[in-house]
Amino acid sequence: MFFEQLLNGLTLGSTYSLIALGYTMVYGILELINFAHSEIYMIGAFIGLIMVSVYKLPFVLALLISMAGSCIVGITIEKIAYKPLRKSSRIAPLISAIGVSIFLQNAVLMLAGPQARPFPSGLNVTSLRFGPLRMSSLQLLILLVSIVLMIVLHFLMQKTKLGQAMRATAQDKEAAQLMGIKIDQVISFTFAIGSALGGAAGVLVGVYFDSVNPTMGFFPGLKGFVAAVLGGIGSIPGAMLGGLILGLVEMLGAVYMSRYKDAIAFAVLIFILLLKPTGLLGRRVQEKV
Amino acid sequence: MKLLEGTNLTMVFGGLSALNSVDITINQGEVLSVIGPNGAGKTTLFNLLTGVYTPTAGVIRFRKKEIKNLKPYEITKMGIARTFQNIRLFGEMTVLDNVIIGQHCRTKTGVFGAILKTPAVRKEEALVKEKAMDVLKFVGLDDVYNEKAKNLPYGKQRRLELARALATDPELILLDEPAAGMNPQETNELIELIEKLNDMGKTVLLIEHDMKLVMGISKRIMVLDYGRKIADGPPEEIRNNEKVIKAYLGEATLKEGKAC
Amino acid sequence: MQILTVIMINSILAVSLNLVTGYTGQLSLGHATFMSLGAYAATLLTLKLDFPFVASLILGAIVAAFFGFIIGVPTLRLKGDYLAIATLGFGEITKNILLNLEFTGGPMGLRGIPKVTNIYIATIVLLLVIFSLNRIMSSRVGKSFIAIREDELAAEAMGINTTKFKILAFTIGAFYAGIAGGLYAFLFRYINPKDFGFMKSIEILCMVVLGGMGNTYGAILGALFITLLPELLRIVSPAIAQYRMVLYGLLLVIMMIVQPEGIISGSLLDKIKPKKKMEKGGQ
Repeated sequence: MFFEQLLNGLTLGSTYSLIALGYTMVYGILELINFAHSEIYMIGAFIGLIMVSVYKLPFVLALLISMAGSCIVGITIEKIAYKPLRKSSRIAPLISAIGVSIFLQNAVLMLAGPQARPFPSGLNVTSLRFGPLRMSSLQLLILLVSIVLMIVLHFLMQKTKLGQAMRATAQDKEAAQLMGIKIDQVISFTFAIGSALGGAAGVLVGVYFDSVNPTMGFFPGLKGFVAAVLGGIGSIPGAMLGGLILGLVEMLGAVYMSRYKDAIAFAVLIFILLLKPTGLLGRRVQEKV
Repeated sequence: MKLLEGTNLTMVFGGLSALNSVDITINQGEVLSVIGPNGAGKTTLFNLLTGVYTPTAGVIRFRKKEIKNLKPYEITKMGIARTFQNIRLFGEMTVLDNVIIGQHCRTKTGVFGAILKTPAVRKEEALVKEKAMDVLKFVGLDDVYNEKAKNLPYGKQRRLELARALATDPELILLDEPAAGMNPQETNELIELIEKLNDMGKTVLLIEHDMKLVMGISKRIMVLDYGRKIADGPPEEIRNNEKVIKAYLGEATLKEGKAC
Repeated sequence: MQILTVIMINSILAVSLNLVTGYTGQLSLGHATFMSLGAYAATLLTLKLDFPFVASLILGAIVAAFFGFIIGVPTLRLKGDYLAIATLGFGEITKNILLNLEFTGGPMGLRGIPKVTNIYIATIVLLLVIFSLNRIMSSRVGKSFIAIREDELAAEAMGINTTKFKILAFTIGAFYAGIAGGLYAFLFRYINPKDFGFMKSIEILCMVVLGGMGNTYGAILGALFITLLPELLRIVSPAIAQYRMVLYGLLLVIMMIVQPEGIISGSLLDKIKPKKKMEKGGQ
């Protein structure tokens, strides 16, 4: 029982990690909480659902198309709603972000209706046994996909020129610009990658719970952000770690207070802000004066 | 008498040290300038002294009290005020309100006082306004008191920053490149202003690239290079110091008047 | 007549959120939560302990302010926009708790509240709120709020304890929202956790943004418009009225990009204001 809870926690946690990466990467570069990220997650799930149920595509292909679609949505949001506000007060892009989130959620609500839809992934779900451990093949799939995506991201950030440009921009936008890095391009890529991961998380959770609906992004979005803060906002390994820990804490906490399961993430947020606001792997950032 | 004393000040940013065991002493009533090439650590030193950063190592004493771990607002209250290299006024507020804000830590009105507007509060507000106008007169901005700060021309914005810092009633005032972007006439006015300040008994610490200004009003000059102190003495001595000339080589030479 | 009273209550909400977001520059996404705390506390005091209306109203507001303080301390101490996300979370948790607690009636809410609020009471309270807010904003305290919005670091260098004043602004905002919640409860005679959800918070934010952030009278105009909008939409087409949240989302984005100073633009107010000050301050 305990190990199963642990496994449930890790499975959910890995999806939190994927969401948290989107928050943390955008925050690292723009210092903006991208509230629309939870809607990208939801839209990702819907794209996946359409690919599987309308076009009868195999799951993996649907996942990839959903990631590509989420990319486009993410880049478009940045170009329309955030880019014109890069020079204005701090609060303006934040309000714009919340506006985008409200708009997308309710637009999908208008188009698709409020009801939850099942996700006919066509996957054969079986129960696997590893000694005393039991897990469903679905859990294994989610964990594997998450891990693969994170390895790809790590490679992208550490080994490619693009990743280097992104890390440089996150450290010092002006200096990066002087070095010939095209900031606009880097920001677009950041949104693209973050959104692809968020969309993937949406599909995975949609399949896991066999349910997709327009408001499904709200809590995972909140928890993804908490995971990002827990790991240290701006830190990519931090977001991965934060998501896993949050998933575990939540599952174990839910055993004792199931009615307030969603409150656990919030308690974690308050604790981390009080005790170690830089997060587990975050570094203290000095404001330039 | 020593007003402020910093010993062994070190500041490390992610493996790079911006300041490396720098000692600084400021005596009551003097005008001390900190000069050095760009990136020498001058502004970092200011940020340590005003509590924006906490030094990685070292001790800072103001009137013999340790202030290293104090927050910026606490340090302001103790009597150290500053201006910023890149002007940081409250743009949407009027010139007068900017200076009134400067008196924040010398006043007391709280929420309930403000709502009830007791006689004591009225009196405090009147005094604050009067003093703010006096300060504006002192820097020559009294005629634009009702303009929004962001609408002032550049030179006047610099003077407003000075007025705002002055309004906090400081004993020591730190000016971060006050003459940057000023024309020669404005610079001359600024020199007069700083001299007047000094005559009033204020101690001044100055970061400046304009050598005419620095050589004209400093009693003492301290030179930083690559985060280390390389010289400290009266202007004549600094002018002829070999290390200093070497540090500035490649930029304009000191004798031409401007090094930047 | 009832709609006029609702406009007054919404004006209190808008004006108080404007204090936090417009004047002090801190984004709160849980203003309706503080409204709900005020509403529940005031209602319970009256229903269970027979407190008189005014006492319930004030104590309810104090309860809301207390929770504002509790949320403000961990989040406003830090740079960055943690308040936005914390208020968002706090709102959902509060709703969750109210839905599950026995003595708050759970999902059924609380019924049988006496009808006390009317247009006169609501107007008087709104006027009191505006009066006190104006006094605060013209004082040392209010100027500090604006200084924090304009440049937090410079404000700190001027001797302002920015953490303390951010928390103060947020707590006062929660207090006013609590009063509005109490008035709401004693107007509709029935409250339910769903009345005070995230969407209500967004509605209040829309009022502030529409009226122009940092402008008390703009916020009231915004409240007027956003309160009447659903009624107007209903006349045009009930279907559109149902999906007005789509409009709100668009409104927030468009206002930020096209007209961040709100529908009554800041420059218009500037034209009126200096003249007034000249007469007083020109010596």
